Amino acid sequence: MSASAATSGASIVATEQDLHEIGEIVARHAQLEGPLLPMLHALQDMFGHVPQAAIPVIADALNLTRAEVHGVMSFYHDFRKAKAGRHTVKICRAEACQARGANTLAATALAKLGVEWHGTTTDGAITVEPVYCLGLCANGPNAMVDGRVVAGLDETRLDALLAEART
Amino acid sequence: MKIYLSRDAVAKALGAEDVAVAIRDEAEARGITVELIRVGSRGMTWLEPLVEIDAGQGRLAYGPVRAADVPALLGGEIDTLGRVEDIPFFARQTRLTFARCGVIDPLDLDAYEATGGLKGLRRALAMSGEAIVDELKLSGLRGRGGAGFPTGIKWDTVRLARADQKYIVCNADEGDSGTFADRMIMEGDPFSLIEGMAIAGIATGATRGYVYLRSEYPDAIEVMQEAVRIGRARGLLGADVLGSGRSYDMEIRVGAGAYVCGEETSLLNSLEGKRGVVRAKPPLPALHGFLGKPTVVNNVISLATVPVIFERGAEHFANFGLGRSKGTIPVQIAGNVRFGGLFETAFGLPLGELVDDVAGGTASGRPVKAVQVGGPLGAYFPREKFDTPFGYEEFDGQGGLIGHAGITVFDDTADMLGMARFAMEFCAVESCGKCTPCRLGATRGVETIDRIAAGDPAAAALLTDLCETMTDGSLCALGGFTPYPVMSALTHFPDDFARQKEAAE
Ligand SMILES: Cc1cc2nc3c(=O)[nH]c(=O)nc-3n(C[C@H](O)[C@H](O)[C@H](O)COP(=O)(O)O)c2cc1C
Ligand code: FES
Repeated sequence: MSASAATSGASIVATEQDLHEIGEIVARHAQLEGPLLPMLHALQDMFGHVPQAAIPVIADALNLTRAEVHGVMSFYHDFRKAKAGRHTVKICRAEACQARGANTLAATALAKLGVEWHGTTTDGAITVEPVYCLGLCANGPNAMVDGRVVAGLDETRLDALLAEART
Repeated sequence: MKIYLSRDAVAKALGAEDVAVAIRDEAEARGITVELIRVGSRGMTWLEPLVEIDAGQGRLAYGPVRAADVPALLGGEIDTLGRVEDIPFFARQTRLTFARCGVIDPLDLDAYEATGGLKGLRRALAMSGEAIVDELKLSGLRGRGGAGFPTGIKWDTVRLARADQKYIVCNADEGDSGTFADRMIMEGDPFSLIEGMAIAGIATGATRGYVYLRSEYPDAIEVMQEAVRIGRARGLLGADVLGSGRSYDMEIRVGAGAYVCGEETSLLNSLEGKRGVVRAKPPLPALHGFLGKPTVVNNVISLATVPVIFERGAEHFANFGLGRSKGTIPVQIAGNVRFGGLFETAFGLPLGELVDDVAGGTASGRPVKAVQVGGPLGAYFPREKFDTPFGYEEFDGQGGLIGHAGITVFDDTADMLGMARFAMEFCAVESCGKCTPCRLGATRGVETIDRIAAGDPAAAALLTDLCETMTDGSLCALGGFTPYPVMSALTHFPDDFARQKEAAE
């Protein structure tokens, strides 16, 4: 975790343009009741992760310490400190999908991609994350590919999705 | 000819968008005029993508339909399953909360009104807050999020609290595996939730509301946001609700992938932009909730059921059910089942009837081994307990809970030691970290189950002790109820725990 954050942290330098966009997003949400989660979501939608450079800007706007903003960010599985692969595949690990063969499907996919959970393939194409239920529980095994849900997976269909993501 | 096609996430995840394109293309190629109406799901998810064709003889069902089937479908070469209402899974239901789901275009407010929508709110607007709450108490509605607390009593506490601002917060975090009723109603009939929340606002004097919706539901987020926008444009929400002079408005907020944020105090912290840690109770959220103000926190289904109660009257609702479990419950049939999906029925149906008859047994065709009722914090039921009627007290009496009414079926290949281990692992991953029994207990639990698997004869007793500590000492039901799946697996399926031992010897 710390190793990957350090390496990726080094590669992330905020440009003027980035800082401008960060400022806009923070300002746009600052007046909401409970603005922090909407802000973090908007930043992640824009950048694919929450840029380090946004933390002091948020802290200033919301009268929080940087540590507090970090604390909130790290509490939630969704928020990333660093960019993921070009595509994110979230495979459901929860009980109802397990009852329909999700464990074997996930293990096979991880082995083929040569990654562990949360890992990114060496070509940078795919990050695999676990997800606990997508609400499609009578049709599993299920997954989410870049925010789009797919149901009724078997090895062939998942392979096709992964191949598509790698091209 | 009218063609209805689901836009529910299940249908989309199984290719409904391709089917929609194929229907338009094929209709054009054949030169026939087709009105394609995108609806919510009828809840029979094994038939998705479900297509209904109305050529004047009712809505005839076809499914599952793939894009490649569309030419044959429009060519009349595919056999229909008959009228949707006659399909046994559907015909056996009592649809109150889900009456409109799958029937109308979810974002068509006129269709909503034409099918009884807004009648409840109009009635409520003419009543005093006290009368609204009394009617809700009379209906017997209990919270569908899991705890089963009487909704009317909760509303009354908020109504009687004095404050310059009160809130209605809808819990749409639906993290339980095996559940999707909240998702389905939000995608299939979002105005019923908005109407229910507006009635809650009118009853309690709360002028603002939030739906805390999990990020794993992108389709529901989209539909709810659009429905709120339409509601505002049409005067259902805003400073003058339906011309009554009363004010109520609401927003959709997106969660961030934390199961514990379904717990109401953790949810409130999250909504305020904090870490989603659980707050000690008291104070109750009803008195000291969002931003410290009196707040109704209710589950999606609790709130979406309110309109039909006010449309038809409390007594109509209360006449359904069993004992203190009044009305209907949308049972979500999940996992390894032949016929899965959403089955709304009066409380009281025995578990076995749901599993063997309604769900038709397993999809794999193998014998049913266990059914987990109530999500990841619910107990595993063996066949010996299949006569338990679906009701709050009845499941409690059998060492279980109905939770959000999801039932997850496993066939005889399930390894119950593995499932017990997963329950502990899930608790460890999702613990908010505030209390030790949950945070450390769950990790110890995984280790202890691994020791059982390795053949350590003392480990089962240790696990039992550990579960007692978690039950007694946890701040919320995450740590407090994880022992349900763990201990039920150990108690009812001892062979799965012993077999590991023999294998190790
Ligand atoms: C760990 C945990 C997760 C929960 N998740 C949910 C949830 O996703 N949705 C929900 O409505 N209630 C959930 N609850 C129950 C809520 O704390 C609360 O009882 C409920 O939102 C109250 O609404 P109701 O009275 O309408 O059921 C959860 C409770 C716990 C302990
Ligand atoms: S358990 Fe996988 S979608 Fe619900």
